Amino acid sequence: MAITFILNGQSKTVEVDPQMPLLWVLRDTLNMTGTKFGCGMALCGACTVHINGEASRSCITPISSVAGKKIMTIEGLSANGSHPVQKAWIEEDVPQCGYCQSGQIMSAVALLAKKPNPTDADIDDAMSGNICRCGTYQRIRKAIHRAASQPAAK
Amino acid sequence: MEPISLLDRRAFLKTSSAGAAALLIGFHLPARAGSDPAQAQEKPPVNPFNAWVRVTPDNHVTLILGKSEMGQSVMTSLPMILAEELCVDWKQVKIEQAPTDPKIYDLGTGGSGSVAGSWLPLRQAGAAAREMLIAAAAKKWEVTADTCKAQNGYVLHGHPERSFRYGELVGDASQLPIPNFKEVPLKNASEFTLVGHDVHRVDAAAKSDGTAKFGIDARVPGMLYAVVARCPVFNGKVASFDATKAKAVPGVRNVVQIETSGRGASTTGGVAVVAENSWAAMEGRRALQVKWDDGAAASESTERLRKQFIENASKPGKVVRNEGDADAALAAASKKVEAAYELPFAAHVCMEPMNCTVHIQDDRVEAWVPTQGPQWAQSVIAEIAKLPPEKVTVRTTMLGGGFGRRYQADFVMEAAQVAKATGKPVMVLWTREDDMQHDFYRPASYHKLQGALDSDGKLAAWKHFQTSTSIAAMWRPNGAEKPEQGEFGTGLTVPYATSNVRFEYTLAQSSAPRAWWRSVEHSSSGFVMESLIDELAHAAGKDPLAFRLQLIGDARKIPQFDGGPNAPPLDTARLKGVLQLAAEKSAWGKPLPKGEGRGIAGFFSFDSYVAAVAEVAASSKEIKVKRFVCAVDCGRPVNPNGVRAQVESAAIYALTATVKDAITVEHGQVVQTNFNDYDMIRMNEAPPVEVHLVLSDEKPTGIGEPTVPVIAPALCNAIFAATGKRLRRLPIRAEDLA
Repeated sequence: MAITFILNGQSKTVEVDPQMPLLWVLRDTLNMTGTKFGCGMALCGACTVHINGEASRSCITPISSVAGKKIMTIEGLSANGSHPVQKAWIEEDVPQCGYCQSGQIMSAVALLAKKPNPTDADIDDAMSGNICRCGTYQRIRKAIHRAASQPAAK
Repeated sequence: MEPISLLDRRAFLKTSSAGAAALLIGFHLPARAGSDPAQAQEKPPVNPFNAWVRVTPDNHVTLILGKSEMGQSVMTSLPMILAEELCVDWKQVKIEQAPTDPKIYDLGTGGSGSVAGSWLPLRQAGAAAREMLIAAAAKKWEVTADTCKAQNGYVLHGHPERSFRYGELVGDASQLPIPNFKEVPLKNASEFTLVGHDVHRVDAAAKSDGTAKFGIDARVPGMLYAVVARCPVFNGKVASFDATKAKAVPGVRNVVQIETSGRGASTTGGVAVVAENSWAAMEGRRALQVKWDDGAAASESTERLRKQFIENASKPGKVVRNEGDADAALAAASKKVEAAYELPFAAHVCMEPMNCTVHIQDDRVEAWVPTQGPQWAQSVIAEIAKLPPEKVTVRTTMLGGGFGRRYQADFVMEAAQVAKATGKPVMVLWTREDDMQHDFYRPASYHKLQGALDSDGKLAAWKHFQTSTSIAAMWRPNGAEKPEQGEFGTGLTVPYATSNVRFEYTLAQSSAPRAWWRSVEHSSSGFVMESLIDELAHAAGKDPLAFRLQLIGDARKIPQFDGGPNAPPLDTARLKGVLQLAAEKSAWGKPLPKGEGRGIAGFFSFDSYVAAVAEVAASSKEIKVKRFVCAVDCGRPVNPNGVRAQVESAAIYALTATVKDAITVEHGQVVQTNFNDYDMIRMNEAPPVEVHLVLSDEKPTGIGEPTVPVIAPALCNAIFAATGKRLRRLPIRAEDLA
């Protein structure tokens, strides 16, 4: 079944099982591997992408449900890592193993779009669905506050 | 290389070092601190321009990384050491992963040993390259080398100054005789411009834009994706299977049985479903019908293991260490404490599930492996492909977490088996459920400790009985004979002065796979030792910090019990140093509101000293960790920024093991399957972790792991201070305080 959606600003049509989760369409069909597989049950946030601007877990999102919608992945955030959230991540040396960080960043970008100056409680609410096994949470928190102080993030 | 007789990790790493030293040349990097690099220099050294440094005529400098990057930042810290001695501009260097070449590079990344073990060899390599460049310039100018100097990628000479860029010299330099590494001049620490300074991670950008390539991101034209159905019961086998429904799933290409184990890795075997994409493979596995032969382990459970523990603890164990007469001293003591502590199996839970991609061709193999042991992976693949190891190219990718799990080659063997069976390039991908149910767990253990104080308040006796599902018993060919090997870690080396010590051990039987989890046996020893000393302090009515400092006593160097010839002694002054620093930075002694408390713990492991103060608000409704204040002496910090990150990371990792879930067993299988029942610390639960470094001139020692052992005891000691309740069984629960 052919399904068409807007991926990082470009129209894409894929011919796949309609039940196939968006995560695997991105990774295996389209070879866009920036979005990660962590649990397959929307428990860890590694697969977070934006669907029509909302942070969403692509591992449980059937591809059929995104027909006609706008998807943004980590690859679409900026052409050269220049998004204020990415810059803040680099400045605070957030990533360790780095595997969860695409999902963390996508959750953080969605948070800042809604709350340009998030409190620590806002950060807890928005980010607690994203597990980091390396425990980089305090640097993530700092990086979100840093990005919030950059006008371009808003 | 002999991958099969794995021994325990420490012995394994030592063996690796010795083995490589025998093969090789030059500055082999010992995987663990304490190995003697000089030993590896009896043979002529490898040309640094062939192994560690590549300078092209257009002056691009590439430094080679011979270790696996799994978050611990070796991709930054190790090249920093090279760059420091080489005198290049850090901003201009590029870093490249070394190929799998046992003749030059190391056999693995683990034991918190990368910086410690590489420190001298990489300095020597960088310095040798620098001296060769200087010699090449001196020759061109027809001056003596001692009138030239290296700086920022140039060799300089004279007034007015003339210069060559390294790129102009490298052709000549690489042809020159290689200096004697023992004599090559190294910089004084006062001249360091990189080492000891905060440097940003070199991999942060790629890990912030999705371009970092992990094992799971390997893509090969024509590749297929496979998941393996494994018997959920330990050591169970496939009795029979019917692939009809699995093969009917769109996208499924093949279903193949793979054998248990084979040589070189501990695998369960099973049935692999091979498909055009990961999803189809998972769907195919869901449809697959397998009858399992559960085997003897099906009767095992956590409840039965605990009965075994308690039964074992009611009888004397095998004496592991005995000095003086601990029992007599306990009988005569004016104050004594006896307590039993318990730790469950723990899973590694790397965020990137296990995976490996193998492409077997007629006369060669290419593999993409997120591995801590590339040479081990290479030998396992070679075995399956029936090719010599040098025909197997292992590309070490980024590792989405390691923590010891990725030392194993089980997932590598599976990928090689499926690739062999299908004749296609194949990725074997594990799901989270596979990862949690088929890990090699931190052993479960039960400890009975006794401590006694004499009438002067001195430690009269220290007695520690342990029963556990030991790692050695699983991996050593004759493990049952010496199952206690490694199970106490540095817990056998008691920093608290006493002349009566006794350690006993009894093996608890289990079929659960066990291996090295972040900080391994130190995680249990740190917990029980630093809990008991706290209990003793309270029994004596003393401040827990002052009590520790008093019992540690005078500055002295205690040889590590059973530590081997190269193990540095426990320096009590350094242990006291971190305890005092953590106390000072946490305002130890300053009153806290009711229901809150501070607890302290200090421990020596991986040749480093870490102390932590935990601050907690605790009640039977909630255990709220407010912060950890950590003090660390890991010798000279190569990249203080990286050191702090590792301490932050290890604290959160250990906190998960302290307050979240246990791995439990029912019907011979692991109960937990995913983050719903084996959860991790998350943003809303992560306390701030403050890190304070001791400014040390000692050589660098381990940092990835040694914070882990102090977190559980610091927290439980803080909870006692807050509530008067002592928690001795991990993981802890607020309900335990009711």
